[in-house]
Amino acid sequence: MGELRLMKGNEVLAEAAIRCGCDGYFGYPITPQSEVMETLMASEPWNTTGMVVLQAESEVAVINMVYGAAGSGKKVMASSSGPGISLMSEGISYIAGAELPCLIVNVQRGGPGLGTIQPSQADYFQAVKGGGHGDYKMIVLAPASVQEMNDFVDLGFELAFKYRNPAMILTDGAIGQMMEKVELSDYKPRNTVDEIEKIAGNWATTGKKPGNRRNVVTSLELDSARMEENNLRFQQKYKKMEEEECRFEEILCSDAEYVIVAYGTSSRVCQKSLEIARSKGFKVGLLRPITLFPFPKKAIAKLAEKVKGFLSVEMNAGQMIEDIKMSVYEAGKNVRIEHFGRMGGIIPTPGEVVDELEQKFS
Amino acid sequence: MELIDIIKQENIVYKKSKVLNDVVMHYCPGCSHGTVQKVIAELIEELDLQERAIGVAPVGCSVFIYNYIEVDWQEAAHGRAPAVATGISRLNPDKFVFTYQGDGDLASIGSGETLHACNRGENILIIFINNGIYGMTGGQMAPTTIEGMVTSTTPFGRNAELNGHPLKITELIAKLPGTSYVTRQSVHTAAAVRKCKKAIKKGIQNVLEKKGTSFVEVVSTCNSGWKMTPVAANKWMEENMFPFYPLGDLKDDIKDEPASKN
Amino acid sequence: MAKIIGAVVVDEEKCKGCNVCVNECIHDVLALHKEVNSYGYHYSYMKNSDKCIGCANCGLVCPDTCITIYRAKV
Repeated sequence: MGELRLMKGNEVLAEAAIRCGCDGYFGYPITPQSEVMETLMASEPWNTTGMVVLQAESEVAVINMVYGAAGSGKKVMASSSGPGISLMSEGISYIAGAELPCLIVNVQRGGPGLGTIQPSQADYFQAVKGGGHGDYKMIVLAPASVQEMNDFVDLGFELAFKYRNPAMILTDGAIGQMMEKVELSDYKPRNTVDEIEKIAGNWATTGKKPGNRRNVVTSLELDSARMEENNLRFQQKYKKMEEEECRFEEILCSDAEYVIVAYGTSSRVCQKSLEIARSKGFKVGLLRPITLFPFPKKAIAKLAEKVKGFLSVEMNAGQMIEDIKMSVYEAGKNVRIEHFGRMGGIIPTPGEVVDELEQKFS
Repeated sequence: MELIDIIKQENIVYKKSKVLNDVVMHYCPGCSHGTVQKVIAELIEELDLQERAIGVAPVGCSVFIYNYIEVDWQEAAHGRAPAVATGISRLNPDKFVFTYQGDGDLASIGSGETLHACNRGENILIIFINNGIYGMTGGQMAPTTIEGMVTSTTPFGRNAELNGHPLKITELIAKLPGTSYVTRQSVHTAAAVRKCKKAIKKGIQNVLEKKGTSFVEVVSTCNSGWKMTPVAANKWMEENMFPFYPLGDLKDDIKDEPASKN
Repeated sequence: MAKIIGAVVVDEEKCKGCNVCVNECIHDVLALHKEVNSYGYHYSYMKNSDKCIGCANCGLVCPDTCITIYRAKV
């Protein structure tokens, strides 16, 4: 059993980074995630694990520091919230284009624009459809508890390095600010110079070795045929992610006539909704995507064979519902798919969700 | 004595550095980029830094610098090279990290990253090529375009009232506490190349000795963008650029210390 | 007194004929050839080889690093 603590989600992100052997964190303050960098600065990991923590002048600088450090084969991460992630999108595109691993956390707040500092899930499209320019995808992990905030830091790095691709933890202000019991991971040492050479020696800027080809980290390729080849390689990688990395949780789905699809904070609310709905005789289940990209298309398609309807519950105007519709359509099924969402930083209540279910499906 | 008796290995007094490869540079004839990049390669060889050097390439004409200098490189987004270099340098303090940037990259879109990296005193060398124009995109006005200078977006000459003033960013950088050495050089004559090489060498040594940011501006020509012959461009630079961008050291915090043995 | 003799060898295919080396040579050694290389550039060459002292100034200013310089005492 690992060390048990009562901690905020944001603090856990920092603690998990130190414990998983992260080499560097770059950040810029933004509500509701400022505790990540505050916790790191107070922990002074440079004195213990040697991890570097730097407050940059902007999110634009943050992501480019991540790009630089990731290019040298190090385990690096950044965290921010919607407006900051928008600024980082250029850099994320470069990181994806140069095929570098890194971990980015978006502790979502309500938008668009400056919006609100209250929790939201309105950056779903930005996270799973790209956000920056060009055809690229990120692995997107959606924690629903403070425990998963801990677990997904290490997992995020593991997947990022496995695919040499940026990974994102897409959470929100509620989980970032919430205090829960958490079992912290054990300390893992940072990669040594030799280990980095083994993992990344054939692509990272670790210094040209005598006689060896040098490494150039770039996303630029002016030859169209070769650029298309690069793109085809990226697409193959994303396809492999879809085949191998899809993660989800099913709750009470085996006998369900209706299935709620919800992730993160809204999935917690919906767990309570299941109880209420079932007490009223409504056979409802919950599918909780844990990876938003890759999206659990096959699980949805399988459920579509037997359920009468899906309700996508999101803290936005209806974004994930498009992926649910796509999953059902691609499986050649025809099931009713509805959306219920609250916006502006409002978290739906379990009762509201049940009311929606009753209105839309009875 | 016949030429054939002179042209022998043992009589070589000047040749291409081994750190510069055989790829023909894509620059226009007479472009200053080639000269500066040659100097950088020579210094990397002379200071035995090929295995420690990591360069950060900009966006602009010199984006392909990584095709010529035989060290590890990372290609940055437009203007972000100092942030990329910060990331590399902070996590790899044993490496020699440098950026190579043009005026649009460094002084316009990347002015924020440049000023803050210099102000933090990152242990990096920044080489700043100032030719007062956007070369790659076809000769538009740069932040450093001097007043009256004709570009494709200032067809009647830069007018401060309409286009704003030319930015002397090197003067700003010299005032920042994080920089230890800030200098302005050129490479249009052999004497200037020798001086510039000395300046870049000093910048490299400062970085190796962890003395903060070193910043070397090279006032340069873009003869294609300026629509002149290379020789005429050099003359125009002397007559028009140097009065506004005077050559010499703007800041040398460590000049009193004994010179390094390298 | 020993005399210094120099020689300049230009990589004709790499030379872009920018003329900067010709302009830099105060000994009037170099000129652009009336012939062109395969890229169509009038490459630099030693027009007056007897005047070269191997000062290396042409090599220093060459943006395409296509000049090698030799020097010998006779």
